[in-house]
Amino acid sequence: MDVGKVTRRRFLVRAVLPAITAALVAGTPRLSAAARTVASVSVLPASGPGPIPVTLNVNGSPRALRIEPRVTLLDALRERLALTGTKKGCDQGTCGACTVLVDGRRVNACLTLAVMAQGKAITTIEGLANGDQLHPVQAAFLAHDGFQCGYCTPGQIISGVALIAEKRATDEASVREWMSGNLCRCGAYPNIVAAVRAAAGVTG
Amino acid sequence: MNAFRYAQAHDAASALATMIAEPNATYVAGGTNVIDLMKENVERPSLLVDITALPYRTIDRMPHGVRLGSLALMSDVADHPAVASGFPAVAQALLLSASPQLRNMATIGGNLMQRTRCAYFRDVAEACNKRAPGSGCSAIDGVNRQHAVVGGSEHCICTHPSDLAVALLTIDAVVHVRGRGGERAIPIEQLHVLPEANPQRETVLERGDLITSVELPASALARGSYYLKVRDRASYEFALVSVAAALEVANGTIRAARVALGAVAPKPWRAHAAEAALVGRRPGGEAFAAAAGAATRGMRGYGQNDFKVELARRAVVRALEHAGGAA
Repeated sequence: MDVGKVTRRRFLVRAVLPAITAALVAGTPRLSAAARTVASVSVLPASGPGPIPVTLNVNGSPRALRIEPRVTLLDALRERLALTGTKKGCDQGTCGACTVLVDGRRVNACLTLAVMAQGKAITTIEGLANGDQLHPVQAAFLAHDGFQCGYCTPGQIISGVALIAEKRATDEASVREWMSGNLCRCGAYPNIVAAVRAAAGVTG
Repeated sequence: MNAFRYAQAHDAASALATMIAEPNATYVAGGTNVIDLMKENVERPSLLVDITALPYRTIDRMPHGVRLGSLALMSDVADHPAVASGFPAVAQALLLSASPQLRNMATIGGNLMQRTRCAYFRDVAEACNKRAPGSGCSAIDGVNRQHAVVGGSEHCICTHPSDLAVALLTIDAVVHVRGRGGERAIPIEQLHVLPEANPQRETVLERGDLITSVELPASALARGSYYLKVRDRASYEFALVSVAAALEVANGTIRAARVALGAVAPKPWRAHAAEAALVGRRPGGEAFAAAAGAATRGMRGYGQNDFKVELARRAVVRALEHAGGAA
């Protein structure tokens, strides 16, 4: 995990010694202001680029992994923890298929590095149901046929859960706007909106 | 995505020293822009410096305004009552940006520092002077419907994608920066620079500089600000043209005005000529038309984006109709 790490010593040697040397050569036995500033502050210890220990709190359980810093939360969930309910659509933050909750707020797992999600509570689609009892938003998607192919559905459901918690499910226009981060190529939007409104207890 | 090392900063001085010690290091906070660009191999940092643990996350009411920590999330700022009431254009611009998910990740500082959405910048197989200086500009004779109609150069005609920055121009926001020489304050209008012959330079910031906060000074002008975004989809889309307008009206006369446009230039574009055309006049169709004419004078398209000039003219009028607390 220390491959390529810039240690404080190496940095001081590289950055400060030439300044000290220059100062001595110039007959000034003092560090320049810039060198003093640098000397008083160490560079940050770095880890990677090889695998490093990363612990994720997923659906209430701590999961210890060894992964590279470049592994996204989405890939960690799908390819390391076999939680394939969270989908990879565009993989660039434009479709919402990878939506998960981090500390209760919906985010795109594809643009989140797993190493930066440590210490936070991650909830995926697998974490919504209580045993065999579906989450109300899951049940509403079944009741209202809120999908065709189903690929965007886990992201839609997570977003719906968040939207209701955010108290944005006030009317149809608000649901549409606040679900706009989740695309559905089948065009199941009317039924998705109906499912979210039903789960939120909003009618009319 | 290339392999990189990762470091977490717990104080600004170490973050800065690390960025200076390692020329190919990059800051990361929300990650919504830099991680995306790393996946496209547009950004290939050797080291990511995670600044999310720095103490710049709060939104504070100040004696004369509001201070947004640079790490405050777009969603939190949009929802803050003091922002919505004192600086409506800022809240509106944020709510019209990206998606709920992205707004829960992206930060205020990162929003100002985001890179252009130009498709040629994002495609490493294409010529782009911003990404690969000297390689040319594929957009000038290419698919340029999204591109600039003012402020571009023969080297770059990209547009700046931030909605927030356009709104900030109308309320005289100040960006606070910590750098090698200590702390300094930069008026928002002076933060971004035009491409001219060096499109790779986008702001006046120096290596290692950290935006610490954005100050929103309270004013009658700011309370009368409004943000209009015109785009291809009703939501979750970048602007084709956007306008932030602010009016301070007293006794039936415009006392002060701000007009800024987004998605028309390589930087958030303030239209000083439009403001001058408004001050001292009665708010209404005649003054707004004069302002719109002044705002778009000298704009020209590159073929597919010719429509933006007329769209901008009409958008300025519409934004002014809503500014100053008018319905």
